[in-house]
Amino acid sequence: MKIDPIHQFNVEPLFTIGRIGDHTIAFTNASLYMFVAVGIIALLLLTSGKQLVPGRLQSVSELSYEFVASMIRSTAGADGMRFFPLIFSLFMFICVSNLVGIVPYTFTVTSHLIVTAALALLVFFTVLIYGLYKNGLKFLKVFVPSGVPGYILPLVMAIEVLSFFLRPVSHSVRLFANMLAGHIALKVFAGFVAMLGASLGVVGWIGGVMPLALAVALTALELLVAFLQAYVFAILTCIYLNDAIHPGH
Amino acid sequence: MAESHGGATGTGAHTEADGGHHGGGFPPFESSTFASQLVSLAIAFVALYLIVSRLALPRVGGAIEARQNKIEGDLAEAQKLKDQSEAALKAYEGELAAARARAQAIGNESREKANAQADAERKTLEQQLAAKLAEAEKTIASTRATAMSNVRGIAADAAGTIVQQLTGVVPDAASVNAAVDASLKG
Repeated sequence: MKIDPIHQFNVEPLFTIGRIGDHTIAFTNASLYMFVAVGIIALLLLTSGKQLVPGRLQSVSELSYEFVASMIRSTAGADGMRFFPLIFSLFMFICVSNLVGIVPYTFTVTSHLIVTAALALLVFFTVLIYGLYKNGLKFLKVFVPSGVPGYILPLVMAIEVLSFFLRPVSHSVRLFANMLAGHIALKVFAGFVAMLGASLGVVGWIGGVMPLALAVALTALELLVAFLQAYVFAILTCIYLNDAIHPGH
Repeated sequence: MAESHGGATGTGAHTEADGGHHGGGFPPFESSTFASQLVSLAIAFVALYLIVSRLALPRVGGAIEARQNKIEGDLAEAQKLKDQSEAALKAYEGELAAARARAQAIGNESREKANAQADAERKTLEQQLAAKLAEAEKTIASTRATAMSNVRGIAADAAGTIVQQLTGVVPDAASVNAAVDASLKG
C-alpha cells in the first residue's frame, strides 16, 4: 500500500466557469472550501443570538469580536479600528479554513501558497496604499528608525527597505508552510498505521498503536497551530498596519 | 478528490488515477490552478468582507454594546436608588432629631408649668397656714392674758384668805392686790 501525503493538496476542478485569457477558471474543491469557510463564518455570526446573557454560539462570536478588537487596539491603537472588518475577515477566514482542514477528507484552503500569498499581498498593498494616502511622503519614515547614528543609517535603511518588501513573503510562507507541513505529518503517521495493519496483519495492528497515538497527538497540535497561525497572521497584519497609521519607529 | 489524512485506504488508487492529470507535480505549485483559486478567493473574500463589515460586526458589536449600555444603565439606576435611600435615611434621621427636640421642649415646658403651678399652690398654702398660725397665736395670747388675769384674781383671793386664816384679820383688797401684782412682776 502506497501512502501519498501530497494527494490531499490536489486541486480538482468540479466544473468550469469560464476563461480569462488562456487560463481556465474552474470551480474547484478549493473554491468549495473557501465558500464553506465563508458560510460557516456567516452562519456563526449572523445566527448567534443577541441575548443579554449570551449562549454558546453567541459567546463564540462575541469572543472572536472582542479578541480581534483588543488585538487591534493593543497593536495598532484606536486608529487601527478602521481596519477592524479587514482584520476580522482575515482572522476568521484563515482560522476557519485551518480548522475545517483538520477534519479528515477535507481540503485545506490555506495550504496553498497562492491563497496565502494573495492574502499577504492584500495586506501589503493595504499598508502601502493607506500609508502613502494617510501620511504622504512621511510614510517613508518607516524605513528610517529614529536614534540610529548617521554613519550606520544607510545600512539600516537598506535592511529596513528589504525587510519591508520581504514582509509578504514571510507573511504568506509562514502560514502556508505550517499548514502544509502539519497536514503532511498527519497524513504520514495516519497512513503508517494503515500500512502496518495492511502489510503485517495482527502484529501490524498492534505495532500501529504508537503511530496512531502520535497521529492523535499531532491532531491536537494541529488544532493549536490552526488557531495560532490565524492569530499570527492577524497580529502581523495589525503590526504592519500600525506602520501605515503611525510611520516612524 | 479532497482526500485527507483521515484514512489511507484507497489513497493509492486515487493517486494513480489522478497522477496523469497533474503530472505528479506538487499541487501548491501547480500554476494551472492559480487563476481558479485566485478568482474564487477574490469572490469568497469579498463576500466575506461585505458580510462581516455590513452585517456581522454591527450585529455582534451592537449586542455587546447593548449589554454594556444595559450594565451601565443598571449601575446608574442602582446608584440613583442608593442615593435616594441615603437621602431618605438622612431625612428620617433629621425628622427623628427634630421630633426628639420637640419632645424635649414639650417635656421642659410642661415640667416648668407644673413646677410653677406647684410653687403657686405651695405659696397660697403657706400664706393660708401663716394666716392660721397668726390667728392661732393671737387666740393663744388672748387666752393667756385672760388666764393671767384670772390667775391674779385667784392669787389675790388666795392671798386674802391665807392672810385671814393666819392673822384672823381681813386685809383690805387694795393692799392684797398690790402685793400680788408685786410678786407676779418679780
